[in-house]
Amino acid sequence: MSATLAPARTAAPADATRPRLAPGARVAIAFGLALLALAAYLTLFTRGSFLFAVELRAPTAAAMVVAAFTQAVATVLFHTVTDNRILTPSIMGFDSMFVLMQTLLVWFFGGMILTQLAGVPMRLAQTAAMVLAATGLYRWLFSGRFGNLFVLLLVGVVLGMAFDSLSTFLERLLRPTDYDLLSVELFGRMTDVDPAFLPLAFGVCLLAGVVVWWRRHVLDALLLGRETSICVGVDHRRELTGVLVLVALLVSFSTALVGPMTFFGFLVATLAYQLTGTYRHAYVIPMAFAIGVVFLAGGQFVLQHVFYAAGFLTVVIEFVGGLLFLALLLKRRSL
Amino acid sequence: MIEFENVSKTYGTTCVLGPVTGSIPSGGITSLVGPNGAGKSTLLTIMGRLLEPTTGRVCIGGLDVATTRGAELARTVSILRQENHVTARLRVRELVAFGRFPHSRGRLGPADREHIDAALSFLELEPLADRFLDQLSGGQRQRAFVAMVLAQDTSHVLLDEPLNNLDMFHAVQMMKRIRRAADELGKTFVMVVHDLNFAAAYSDRIVALRDGQVVAHDTVGATITDATLTDVFGTPVRVREIDGELTALYVRG
Repeated sequence: MSATLAPARTAAPADATRPRLAPGARVAIAFGLALLALAAYLTLFTRGSFLFAVELRAPTAAAMVVAAFTQAVATVLFHTVTDNRILTPSIMGFDSMFVLMQTLLVWFFGGMILTQLAGVPMRLAQTAAMVLAATGLYRWLFSGRFGNLFVLLLVGVVLGMAFDSLSTFLERLLRPTDYDLLSVELFGRMTDVDPAFLPLAFGVCLLAGVVVWWRRHVLDALLLGRETSICVGVDHRRELTGVLVLVALLVSFSTALVGPMTFFGFLVATLAYQLTGTYRHAYVIPMAFAIGVVFLAGGQFVLQHVFYAAGFLTVVIEFVGGLLFLALLLKRRSL
Repeated sequence: MIEFENVSKTYGTTCVLGPVTGSIPSGGITSLVGPNGAGKSTLLTIMGRLLEPTTGRVCIGGLDVATTRGAELARTVSILRQENHVTARLRVRELVAFGRFPHSRGRLGPADREHIDAALSFLELEPLADRFLDQLSGGQRQRAFVAMVLAQDTSHVLLDEPLNNLDMFHAVQMMKRIRRAADELGKTFVMVVHDLNFAAAYSDRIVALRDGQVVAHDTVGATITDATLTDVFGTPVRVREIDGELTALYVRG
């Protein structure tokens, strides 16, 4: 992982003078690498029928694209609107909240509710509930009540733990059948995706992408911080609410599809800030997305065919991301 | 013209400001002076809509600060706080360009670029225009933020301690530039100034606050006096005219 950390650190002084490469070119290179990684994952090292292998791998590749997009966009937006680059939706307990809401649903209505309500309306209802709860809670948290980043971090970690423990407690009280049905729902994995869920997920990503592209200049202005952005005419309260709704939407889809990932978003966003060479969201967000695809598809490819450890991708990514998170947190002596 | 009516700010049971009522006429420089905790910055941030008053309302150029849309207000009034921190890594020119956001919504036109260049040259920032903010000294960064506020091209500019972080030379330069902007561009400046002699030398009007109340609000000649300043600051202040400038002596009490 030192190889992953090194570019992040050396890139800073390099672009201190002038970017050697235009941001557009950098994003294009990142997308080239992402396509290469996806193609390698889909087509290389197939035994037997080529088409069958591709068909088998396609849902996973699609899930990777969705996971990279949702996590990258959610994290960058969250960083921008909360004016920090440390806290992410996952670290603040968004994923845990999603798990808790699923568990509560089963707890109150029984496991059959999941089978009866399966499909798109069920997803939409769940997502709506998640968006409402998360937006309410985090809007309250980030409305300036806690000025200090470290207090916020603490609150986020405690909230995440509280949601997790509550979920675990409720899961213990469930009937085995209900628990079984719930765990199928909860423990989404990159390598075992429900293909029926993918079109909806792609639709949500597309919608989010359009909204973000349309708001990109306002997002840039939000980087000035609450007070200065208000000074240049941004309705900060409205933007905060809007972005939190979008973040909750993206995180709930990401968690439903591939399960919780705490540091993945942090990792890709942090690298994107270092490598894009500009602050503009029109470049940073695509960059973060491309880096995410490179990590997921490239990582899966390497783990599967070089180390024969296909199931460990998220573990490795979380480990690298966690180290980077600790390193950045310790580097800042004060807010 | 800035009008504030019955404005107060209370945290819990502590009242830090007001209720105060008054108006600041258009044009020229008005300085808010007073001891620490007098409510100067609170009043300024309420005028600049960064803080919601507990009671009362503020109108700037005929616009009610509480109800006018942010984008419209941002073309009439700009405000600069003391502490300005930007998480993203911005160059000076990029920061100043954000001053045009209320006009351009992020799509800079030729007129916007002219304003940006004019603001950069007004604060003599051209040599630093392509530097990153974190490569500047505190004083240079302060100038970059003032340039951003000027690029916003509002009729009313509120500054919270613009001399903060500046040495003698740069403080004089900054006040001269603000004076020029007020005289040549006809802008209305309201600022919190800690140094009484700077306030006396460059302002048209003084608003003196103490314990959240406006104690005096008049021309420089009428407010920079032994009696008023001694009363406001609670420490002996003598005012002498030195080379035609009203100068407050307070160092030795």
